[in-house]
Amino acid sequence: MDQFTLNLIVIGLSFALYFGIAFWARAGSTAEFYAAGQGVGPVVNGMATAADWMSAASFISMAGLIAFGGYNNSVFLMGWTGGYVLLALLLAPYLRKFGKFTVPEFVGDRFYSTSARMVAVICLLVISITYVIGQMVGVGVTFARFLEVSTTTGLLIGSAVVFAYAVFGGMKGITYTQVAQYVVLICAYTVPALFISLSLTGNVIPQLGLIGGYAPSGGDVYFLDKLDQVVTDLGFAAYTADTSNMLNMFLVTMSLMIGTAGLPHVIIRFFTVAKVSDARISAGWALVFIALLYTVAPAVGSMARLNITTTFWPGAVQGETFSAPALSIAEIDSNPDLAWIRNWEKTGLLAFSDKNGDGLIQYFNEPAPLVAANKAVTDANAALAAAAADADKAPLEAAVAAAITARDAVLAETNLGGQSLAAQGIVGNELTTVNNDIMVLANPEIAALPGWVIALVAAGGLAAALSTAAGLLLAISSAISHDLIKGALKPDISEKGELLAARISMAFAIVLATWLGLDPPGFAAQVVALAFGLAAATIFPVLMMGIFSTVVTKEGAIVGMIVGLVSTAVYIFIYLGWFFIPGTNMLPNTPDAHWMGISPAAFGPIGAILNFASAYLVSMMTKAPPQDVQDLIQSIRVPKGAGKAHAH
Amino acid sequence: MADKSSSSAYWAANLRVIYISLAIWFICSFGIGILLRPALSGISIGGADLGFWFAQNGSIYVFLVLIFAYAAKMNKIDRDHGVDE
Repeated sequence: MDQFTLNLIVIGLSFALYFGIAFWARAGSTAEFYAAGQGVGPVVNGMATAADWMSAASFISMAGLIAFGGYNNSVFLMGWTGGYVLLALLLAPYLRKFGKFTVPEFVGDRFYSTSARMVAVICLLVISITYVIGQMVGVGVTFARFLEVSTTTGLLIGSAVVFAYAVFGGMKGITYTQVAQYVVLICAYTVPALFISLSLTGNVIPQLGLIGGYAPSGGDVYFLDKLDQVVTDLGFAAYTADTSNMLNMFLVTMSLMIGTAGLPHVIIRFFTVAKVSDARISAGWALVFIALLYTVAPAVGSMARLNITTTFWPGAVQGETFSAPALSIAEIDSNPDLAWIRNWEKTGLLAFSDKNGDGLIQYFNEPAPLVAANKAVTDANAALAAAAADADKAPLEAAVAAAITARDAVLAETNLGGQSLAAQGIVGNELTTVNNDIMVLANPEIAALPGWVIALVAAGGLAAALSTAAGLLLAISSAISHDLIKGALKPDISEKGELLAARISMAFAIVLATWLGLDPPGFAAQVVALAFGLAAATIFPVLMMGIFSTVVTKEGAIVGMIVGLVSTAVYIFIYLGWFFIPGTNMLPNTPDAHWMGISPAAFGPIGAILNFASAYLVSMMTKAPPQDVQDLIQSIRVPKGAGKAHAH
Repeated sequence: MADKSSSSAYWAANLRVIYISLAIWFICSFGIGILLRPALSGISIGGADLGFWFAQNGSIYVFLVLIFAYAAKMNKIDRDHGVDE
């Protein structure tokens, strides 16, 4: 059976399972649509939360980010798990006691103001819509690679699947589908990791393999030391190298942590359990299921990094990096175990070019002077090619010759493996593109694992993207039907009417997300920074103040949210362009230009501090919250009497 | 709801648990994983130094134990103050 048929069978079976569950658990009331009737057990809710939370970014991208960023990108591991501690301690139990369906609804009641509720709706929509675009793109890419269709077709298939089960199933259908999706995605992530850890370190547990010995050298060298040695030989920073900017690393971690705790689609999962103590323990179970993937991720990333490096420098496996020649193109085309290189080359996520024509692919990190010198040669050649036919070409040809001379001087000075590049006839790095995202998807192929493992990884990537997309769409639709329509525009809407409105707004949200995903505005990576930064600077502080302060007033909350929203968005836009339009950034997005070295992704905590400070300041100057709000605050602080949520 | 004095005692006990838990949360991630890594580089766990291991794996294990310990402690405090469900 060929790989394509195998992919089709495994993906088809997983989808049949999701549809079956969605049909069995379809929602009949608004309570079931928004909060699964509050009858979900803490372990089941934990598993659904894990699937909801772990998106295409966690499944597909994170290991690649860690593989190439090393210790510095530990921010994702700590940030995306530490947020659950904050959820369990600071938000989940109190919001469950409050016992309503949406985050803006809490903001509106606690701050006794429909305006506050609407500002929260705006924050929620900006956060969730930017986030859902990334999921739809992930679905498109995964389908395109494994079902051999175009990205557009892949995206449309994915949208149809989400539409079918999310619109009819609501939170109830989504919850039980997410449980199935969790099982698929965690198997898909860990099974290849077990195989690879066993072959590289002799230890089947990836978490232990990471800190264990490197098996091909007999285990007397640590795996991490071997990895550090191989990548530094090629001019890359060591995998375990210390960070150069501790403040920024600290703030990015903090931004991801409080951003996680402030993401509406994660928070609403804790409205589905039966009581306050279940909400606390459910956050723990969610982290158990998340940790199964997150503690494996550094092993997956670092081992994939070593595997891809030793594929191109085969000598590195047994001896030193340069003890054998680099991988040859003839080998790539003749060895079936290396067929993945050509397969991924087709997607554009992997690219190589034999610049010096020696038939070998030399992969290394070009130092900055060589990058500049090579660019000068390219630019001079481009100027020559662009010159008009009748123009005087002599000065342009001289410029090309001068650029080549300058480049050759750099090649003579740059060493690789103890010899200058010039002496080895190397002109530059020949593995020109290695996209982060292929590290997980291509991992089983790189490690030459069986075909069913490859098909399983494809199904896992789809499960991760679809489960998160469904959770986000639910958060978006409940904000529109429950907060906007029932809460403000048409308070007398019947339950049946509200359920219909929820389904229509979800269908609308899917169409919008698909449309944006078809033509992503070219900023998929940056919008993640925006989504987390905004969640950290708006939703998290307003919920904290709503629960832990009795003095913050409606005016304080509104001003705080707006200050957090605007300051964070402006800081990000200054470096990444206004509304991400390329070329409109006012300062270059480089560490030197960043204010105090703080990158746009790290601004969330600062936005949160500005939010807290301005909210308290305004609250001091405005009339204290009324008595019924004081009673509400006292009531959410004690678990007794949570009961069923009610729709007013 | 319980009377005012017992509910404020409950809230104070709740806040105390939160402060202690947040201190542990901060030390294992921001402390050992980031700020103290250079100072702790002499201690190793297998092939990794302590700070690196905490940043990539250890802090997550601490978070897990922390949430379950917190949930158990809060259940006991709920019962002691008669506010459990």
